[in-house]
Amino acid sequence: MRLKRKDLLGIEDLTRDELELILSTAASFKEVSEREIKKVPTLRGKTVINLFYEPSTRTRTSFEIAAKRMSADAVNISVSTSSVVKGETLRDTARNLEAMRPDCIVVRHASSGTPHMLAGFVGCSVVNAGDGAHEHPSQALLDMLTVKEKKGTLAGLKIAIVGDIAHSRVARSNIYGFTKMGSEVTVAGPPTMLPAGIEKLGCKVTSNVEDALKGTDVIMMLRIQMERQSESFFPTVREYSRVYGLDETKLKRAKDDVIILHPGPINRGVEISSEVADGPYSLILDQVTNGVAVRMAIFYLLLGTAKEEQQIQAGKV
Amino acid sequence: MNRLVIKGGRVVDPAQNLDGFYNIYVMGGRVASIKKVEADTSEVGTGVDVVDATGLVVVPGLIDPHVHLREPGYEYKEDISTGAKAAAAGGFTAVMCMANTKPVNDNESVTRYILKKAEGQPVRVYPVGAVTQGQKGERLTEMSELKSAGCVAVSDDGVPISDPGLMRRALEYSSQFQMPVITHAEDARLVGHGSMNEGVVATRLGLKGIPNAAEDVIVARDISLAELTGGRLHVAHVSTRGSVELIRRAKERGVKVTAEATPHHLTLTDEAVIGYRTEAKMNPPLRDKEDVEALRAGIKDGTIDCVATDHAPHASIEKDVEFDKAANGIIGLETAFSVVYGLVEEGVLTLTEAVRAMSCGPAKAFKLAGGKLSVGSPADIAIFDLNRSWTVEPAKLKSKSKNTPWAGKELKGVAVKTILGGVVVYTKE
Repeated sequence: MRLKRKDLLGIEDLTRDELELILSTAASFKEVSEREIKKVPTLRGKTVINLFYEPSTRTRTSFEIAAKRMSADAVNISVSTSSVVKGETLRDTARNLEAMRPDCIVVRHASSGTPHMLAGFVGCSVVNAGDGAHEHPSQALLDMLTVKEKKGTLAGLKIAIVGDIAHSRVARSNIYGFTKMGSEVTVAGPPTMLPAGIEKLGCKVTSNVEDALKGTDVIMMLRIQMERQSESFFPTVREYSRVYGLDETKLKRAKDDVIILHPGPINRGVEISSEVADGPYSLILDQVTNGVAVRMAIFYLLLGTAKEEQQIQAGKV
Repeated sequence: MNRLVIKGGRVVDPAQNLDGFYNIYVMGGRVASIKKVEADTSEVGTGVDVVDATGLVVVPGLIDPHVHLREPGYEYKEDISTGAKAAAAGGFTAVMCMANTKPVNDNESVTRYILKKAEGQPVRVYPVGAVTQGQKGERLTEMSELKSAGCVAVSDDGVPISDPGLMRRALEYSSQFQMPVITHAEDARLVGHGSMNEGVVATRLGLKGIPNAAEDVIVARDISLAELTGGRLHVAHVSTRGSVELIRRAKERGVKVTAEATPHHLTLTDEAVIGYRTEAKMNPPLRDKEDVEALRAGIKDGTIDCVATDHAPHASIEKDVEFDKAANGIIGLETAFSVVYGLVEEGVLTLTEAVRAMSCGPAKAFKLAGGKLSVGSPADIAIFDLNRSWTVEPAKLKSKSKNTPWAGKELKGVAVKTILGGVVVYTKE
């Protein structure tokens, strides 16, 4: 099986079958990272460019390690300015990169839609590593993989996503992903951080965190950006933390076997208390481990060829 | 003295409540007589040019009260010559050009420069002066000087006037020169970093939204100030149902307010942005279906006096970039009539209502010559073939910039001839 698409731009475009394919492929790649020699030759000779317009250590490193474990050559390009500041159109940027004949461009950008525009300008694959407040598909996939490992299935689970929904690409991708897989998603946050019409994406919406957490199987806490205070999205960190932060008291409302996710990096004592973040329900580090496997699967499913596919099926990798 | 007769066309002149088959005789750049075709027995003498308009529609030359010709300062986007040629190709015979050039049209030397460049062009160019010096929103411009240099209105279009006290003074002061203040109604703090309409489409695309209230609150404010001062207000590019209702009520109370809507706000919704299409990015943004319906009703009942293109040329470096960084605005002069005619085809507007909003509506709002075909009026005339379709090919447009959301679309209604002061200035190949 192969993803019959050139690019991976968002979860919204993917079918449930495609999601399941990526998740099962990722699960099979996890074992590679446990070997003594953590490498398979599958994507030897392929070139991956990690084009990051936003600072990111975790995601960029995860994509880089994933590419290298698949034996692809990975190059990192960090750009601190937009094309406008450089006086270059995105089309120019795209054409210049393409002239170096990469097989895949992984792009992170603060402006929503930039990976989509790039994908239209280049013939190689484009993977969205997070665009503005739009989507972060690999993050949602690793979240789904993490939950699936613990719960066995995603169907019928209750998922609460808590925090700044308006500015969160993680929230959007996870709403699409989990609802497609049959979970029931509730988003919760201050009314100032719930974007217009979010319920039309297929989730329930509330500003009452206690309600959102009641009987939930999975809690996903979102990182709060401190600068939102000065924009009056919330009055103070103290109040935000008191009302929306996840602590042991609020946690009691969830199911006994609840699991807690966070896309990181966490603000300890703000959206999540240290006790909870380091506690037994937290799967934050599993998420990071699964991130590599999911990204290996994405590269494989977009860039692999039929020959390698047969080898995988024959268990020869 | 040039003489011209336009024979056999269906003449639609809302100013005279005319819709029928007439021959129009032009002499010395003015309409000399207009005769019912079947009753016209006059012979055409020698030296008279004949335009056969059989099967075509003859209307007063279109007037666009809101364009950006970009000269001086941004000639890489457009200049007065290319903008004027685009206008003539769209059936326009007059345009009002906004003041946000570089330097800003806030003094007579810039106004005179624009008018100098406009000489010999195929449309009349009426400059709009700035309300405030440098469009900085701090001090009023010398409006007496702007008026005598040839400005017909004042506007800081492109930049909202955020200070209500200053807006009050602008309405008061400009009234002595009979220059309407054109408001670009937008509360910058409600817009924030928004780059499209606020709503589910913006939420799905992860783009920051601009709520209708960002426009409504300023329209309400400016109507109150026009009421207070007796000043003459014109609301540019109305985009929301709330604004339409505010203007309708204000007109009922006798407030001196007029308004315009663009072809794109009358026909497109925020769904045109899907796919991060920067050619659907403009300010105010494309709104939702209910807003579009309200604008159409506003044109129909006269609440909205004019269609204005807000023709806003931008180069590819300003449009082929990240969506939230891309410039606002689209070109519109060459597609305006066809797009509005689409509403006639849909049964939303009558041809008379469409032509009214594109000719006598703006002429009345700004007291411009033209906009009618009565005897003695300037012979500014547009002739359209309503049965002919065309495909919008950006490369073939006369405008220097190509930022149009109708690229590749087939539209109906083509300007086949544009006549300015009795002279044919444009003929469709």
